[in-house]
Amino acid sequence: MNILVCVKRVPATAGKITLTADDRAIDTRYLGFTVSPHEECAVEEAVRIVEAWGGGTTTVLTLGPEEATDQLREAMAVGIDKAILLGTDGGEWGAVATATAITDAIRTREAADGPFDLILLGNEAADTGDYQVGVRIAVALDRPIVTGVKGLEVGEGTVTARREAPGGGWELYEIPRPAVVTVKEGINLPRYPSVPGRLRARKKEIERVALDPAAAAPSMIRLRVPVEKESAVEILGEGPEAAPRVVEVFRRLGLIA
Amino acid sequence: MILVVVEHEAGAPDRLSVEALALGRSLAEATGEPLAAVAYGPGSAAIAGALGASGVATLTAIDDPRLAEYAPEALGKAVAQLVERDRPSVVIGTGSERGAEILAHVAARTGLPLAANVTEVRPGDPWGVTRQRWGGSLLEEARLDGPIRLLTVAPHAVKPASAAAPSQVAVEAFAPDLTDRDLRVRITSRVPAEAGVVSLADARVVVGGGRGVGSTEGFAELDELALLLGGTVGVSRVVTSAGWRPHAQQVGQTGTRIAPDLYIACGISGAIQHMVGARSAKAILAINTDRDAPMVTRATYAVIGDLHTILPAIITAVRAAR
Ligand SMILES: Cc1cc2nc3c(=O)[nH]c(=O)nc-3n(C[C@H](O)[C@H](O)[C@H](O)COP(=O)(O)OP(=O)(O)OC[C@H]3O[C@@H](n4cnc5c(N)ncnc54)[C@H](O)[C@@H]3O)c2cc1C
Ligand SMILES: Nc1ncnc2c1ncn2[C@@H]1O[C@H](COP(=O)(O)O)[C@@H](O)[C@H]1O
Repeated sequence: MNILVCVKRVPATAGKITLTADDRAIDTRYLGFTVSPHEECAVEEAVRIVEAWGGGTTTVLTLGPEEATDQLREAMAVGIDKAILLGTDGGEWGAVATATAITDAIRTREAADGPFDLILLGNEAADTGDYQVGVRIAVALDRPIVTGVKGLEVGEGTVTARREAPGGGWELYEIPRPAVVTVKEGINLPRYPSVPGRLRARKKEIERVALDPAAAAPSMIRLRVPVEKESAVEILGEGPEAAPRVVEVFRRLGLIA
Repeated sequence: MILVVVEHEAGAPDRLSVEALALGRSLAEATGEPLAAVAYGPGSAAIAGALGASGVATLTAIDDPRLAEYAPEALGKAVAQLVERDRPSVVIGTGSERGAEILAHVAARTGLPLAANVTEVRPGDPWGVTRQRWGGSLLEEARLDGPIRLLTVAPHAVKPASAAAPSQVAVEAFAPDLTDRDLRVRITSRVPAEAGVVSLADARVVVGGGRGVGSTEGFAELDELALLLGGTVGVSRVVTSAGWRPHAQQVGQTGTRIAPDLYIACGISGAIQHMVGARSAKAILAINTDRDAPMVTRATYAVIGDLHTILPAIITAVRAAR
């Protein structure tokens, strides 16, 4: 069982987004970095499937700057075996260019080591949210894809994927392998990396492929933080003494008679 | 031609499709091009009447008995064939899971760029769009290149609006060229929704809990208040990651978007990824020890202090008020 997982390094923004002076990027000077929760779950799912299958190899891939090796090591710390960095100069890559570069890397790797039974991605990247890289890769490789998956079972020649149905409930898709699946947070509860896991990850090798920055093709012109409607908060009080005023608010909103 | 991929239920386009059609009509008016719709699945042709209100000139109903059940790859191929036949200047999909998926397949097959979750379109040379990043916490202005421009509309970013005078809708059946292999991805079975549970997305009152709640047991007071007010419990990602509550209750960018009359946010700091899920709440009551927490400064009302002493007092007061 060979599984590839694609993750994207993004800033871990908290209470507020601040942009750089040219409005073309998030000011990350005081921020840490992470990957989307969807992708964390994709990593966990890959590790679990190989554990359950009793053998196989998991590989994590990212397209990003050298610093994105941090995110590859995070994935290896929870049990991913191998890592590939498609190295950029840190500039933004468009979704078409990203999918093309990842597809090329998959083809190269599969020509050498045989096919990935399963390719896992996030349903959408945390930052750009383009909702398309997984589908573009699947179509280019002519493999079936299910998106937005919150439950996955890998069988002998098939994969059964479960996702939320529009009006509630679930819809199930049974598709042949090899396949591509994009995952949503909630499919599993990712484990925390152990200390020995982190130590092992630090020693593992990362395969690096340098990309041509000319292929990046970003379409972004500028970023803008949406204006929030000014709301002056009404402080109802401090501590339990505020309870009667809370009840007044409930009444005003028609929540209690 | 401006082409909108429409999703429908009970003989009419659904809410997000009506929004997509409203954007489509504004572009049709700006460019002088006709507005067309394409629909799939059983009952597609029957929505023609309902599309008149949106000013649609023609409805193409994808006609293939194998598409009775949702099959994203085949639908993407079918719409791509229609796009290649008619060469519309814009193809608009909804921001629903299915809308985003079908447009991604069309984009992949045609090799065209796709802008997801667009809030505004500016025809011109080149065309420009404003679109959402970070689930809507950040906006991007971008070029949208291509002889045929593909986009999905961010949910609730465009107001649904009726045409000045309803149009006469011509209906055409379109038989796509599909092989059985194109149908390898389709719904093979379903599990129905549980009856009788208040869904988080539709709840009138959501009592939210974050790291400040402290433990699984700490949620007893939140459950009780939610029950008293006929609402339901929502949580932050810290809570689901710790395993205190299931992910189905998570509010935010990678959870559920809520739109209650009141969101009572207890011990939640108000990170942007949480707030995008709570943006549609009509009012927020924050209960937090930190007066400067983003949740407090963005709230309508706030009580400052320890939620574990405040919630019991509120519960007692609500009971007494009845
Ligand atoms: C790509 C991405 C996607 C994400 N998606 C989501 C998402 O969908 N939903 C989500 O929620 N988060 C999401 N997050 C995580 C988010 O950034 C925050 O980490 C998270 O929302 C913080 O949860 P919290 O407010 O419970 O915890 P904290 O930020 O730790 O806040 C705890 C709050 O509780 C208050 N407090 C502590 N004790 C008490 C007490 N006794 N009484 C009252 N108040 C108290 C504190 O003052 C503080 O304000 C995402 C992050 C990323 C990077
Ligand atoms: N730069 C990248 N490197 C690796 N994987 C990526 C990259 N960009 C997108 N992906 C993958 O594609 C998924 C969907 O991204 P998107 O289509 O950009 O929203 C993400 O959740 C990742 O799994």
